[in-house]
Amino acid sequence: MRNVLRLFILALFVAPVIPVTLAAQGPRGPNDLSGEWAPLFHEDQPERIPGPDIGDYLGLPINDAARMHADAWDASILTLPEHQCKPHPADYSPRGPANLRLWREIDHDTQALVAIHTHISWQQPERTIWMDGRPHPPEYAAHMWQGFSTGTWDGDMLTVTTTHLKMGWIRRNGVPRSDQAVLTEHFVRHGDTLTLISVVNDPVYLTEPFVRTTNWALDPHQLIAPYPCQAVVEIERPQGIVPNHLPGANQFLREFAAKFNLPLEPTRGGAETMYPEYIAKIQGMTPVAKPGK
Amino acid sequence: MPRNMRNSVVASAIAAAACVCAVSGATSSAQAPAAAANTAHTLHVQGNVYMLVGAGGNITVQIGDDGVLLVDTGSAQSTSQVIAAIRTLTDKPIRYIINTSADPDHVGGNDAIGKLGSTIAGGNVGAGAGVGAGIIAHENVLNRMSAPTGKTSPYPTTAWPTDTFVTRQKELYFNGESIQVIYQPGHTDGDSIVYFRRSDVISAGELFNTLTFPIIDESRGGNIQGVLAGLNNMLDIAIPKAMQEGGTYIIPGRGRLTDEADLLEYRDMVTIIRDRVQDGVKRGLTIAQVKAGKPTLDYEARWGASSGAWTTDMFIEAIYKDLSKANEHANPAGAKPAAAAAKKK
Repeated sequence: MRNVLRLFILALFVAPVIPVTLAAQGPRGPNDLSGEWAPLFHEDQPERIPGPDIGDYLGLPINDAARMHADAWDASILTLPEHQCKPHPADYSPRGPANLRLWREIDHDTQALVAIHTHISWQQPERTIWMDGRPHPPEYAAHMWQGFSTGTWDGDMLTVTTTHLKMGWIRRNGVPRSDQAVLTEHFVRHGDTLTLISVVNDPVYLTEPFVRTTNWALDPHQLIAPYPCQAVVEIERPQGIVPNHLPGANQFLREFAAKFNLPLEPTRGGAETMYPEYIAKIQGMTPVAKPGK
Repeated sequence: MPRNMRNSVVASAIAAAACVCAVSGATSSAQAPAAAANTAHTLHVQGNVYMLVGAGGNITVQIGDDGVLLVDTGSAQSTSQVIAAIRTLTDKPIRYIINTSADPDHVGGNDAIGKLGSTIAGGNVGAGAGVGAGIIAHENVLNRMSAPTGKTSPYPTTAWPTDTFVTRQKELYFNGESIQVIYQPGHTDGDSIVYFRRSDVISAGELFNTLTFPIIDESRGGNIQGVLAGLNNMLDIAIPKAMQEGGTYIIPGRGRLTDEADLLEYRDMVTIIRDRVQDGVKRGLTIAQVKAGKPTLDYEARWGASSGAWTTDMFIEAIYKDLSKANEHANPAGAKPAAAAAKKK
């Protein structure tokens, strides 16, 4: 009886408060994505953290031009001072050591959402996703590592369109993505999990859209460390040397296939290698022999 | 048209005009909103420097209390658009024009735009010395734009450079900043790059563009090693800002605004293609064999062309010819490459 009385008294205090609180909230907006997000690596971990093998183009919808570009890529190019501090571009930075911070920029007077900003740990790239309906810049404007992004809400899903990207990469073993590409992203929050579905359309190096998903877990205690970068001369070379493999001269291209007992053909990539039907085709192929066998 | 619809159209037109003025007048960053179509457009790069596009080759506009300095003047047929675009930025007099080469789409406006200007002159220089903007270029640009006695010059004398140099660089101080005009032959034998030291902007001329493979004009002294030297020297000057965005900006001869990373990709591409053609030359391959190896395949869809004034084939041929000459020089008769020697057997 005493408990019932207590509840009754509590209700007397709480009841007037609830409608006032709801009224103060006004119309409900989309799900807020703000927060500190820790990356989850259950998808594609070998590629994302240790890094991809040389010659691993599996599952990438690339064309011959992209394949040749990747075949010519020599990791030693990253020793050149001008290459050392490059951040990952907008479409790749979520794939690496990507502790993520998301925050909203609200106009003081109107309380309208102006932009959503992101910061990622590795090399500290920051993006601005404009939510105020502004147009993309003209074609003669500068391209940036993080491009120029605008966003719209589809219910609780944030859809972002990014143009004006610099020439970049879709896998960090030399597989290129051109500066003509357009990146479309969908951010979806399920409670304490954030999922990013990204779609790259590149008329120069891809034959089909390239789709990836990446996930984070909310981590309010996350502290992202600074990531200063200063280029140094690691190897003294004459001016103008650019490490690269001449066509047909890259001796490392078969290592990935040999390591995983795969035929060479699927490792060369192409849209066909993205689809489950391709598994049947591999069955009839001969794996690459391991060195020394 | 109903009145309320007409009002709506008028309001839209005013709004559109306001947008155009805001954009063409002085866009405030390297990534500004889109400008109106079919005219020359200006884009604030940084500091005193603007980029003017859509009038032939790109034009650099430096503005300050002393007046206006232009790097290149676009094509002759775009002159009125260029002048109108400059006048949306400033009403100061045009004092100097610097030409990065003698290409028609870079010097085409010299005559008309130069006449509108007035350089700063006096003392014992003589009456009339200040009439028209001063035109600065390497001596070889004057040689290309003028003609020997008895021949007809392709340009009127009023379009010719008035202040030439034959040294490694020419310096001037204008609008509160040091400006280096650095001789950098490669596209032709008269190219210069221009570095605005306080604004931290490089005008690259035709050594670098974002639309095509570099144009190597052999008939006017161009060569691949010169192009690469130019790209490498600009890389030495350029320093990116934090997070590798911006810092030194580079206005290419044609195409969009760039910074060090864009220049770096271009330098890497030209070097890698050079290396492939050089390997073919060293192995004694013919030009047809080199082309059959598709040395530009990975870059063609972005930079190449199968028709027009500068095709992929022409680019490969220019590199091949240039490197073959160098190879002959390094390997005089009797020291034939292995493949050629094997073929003879």
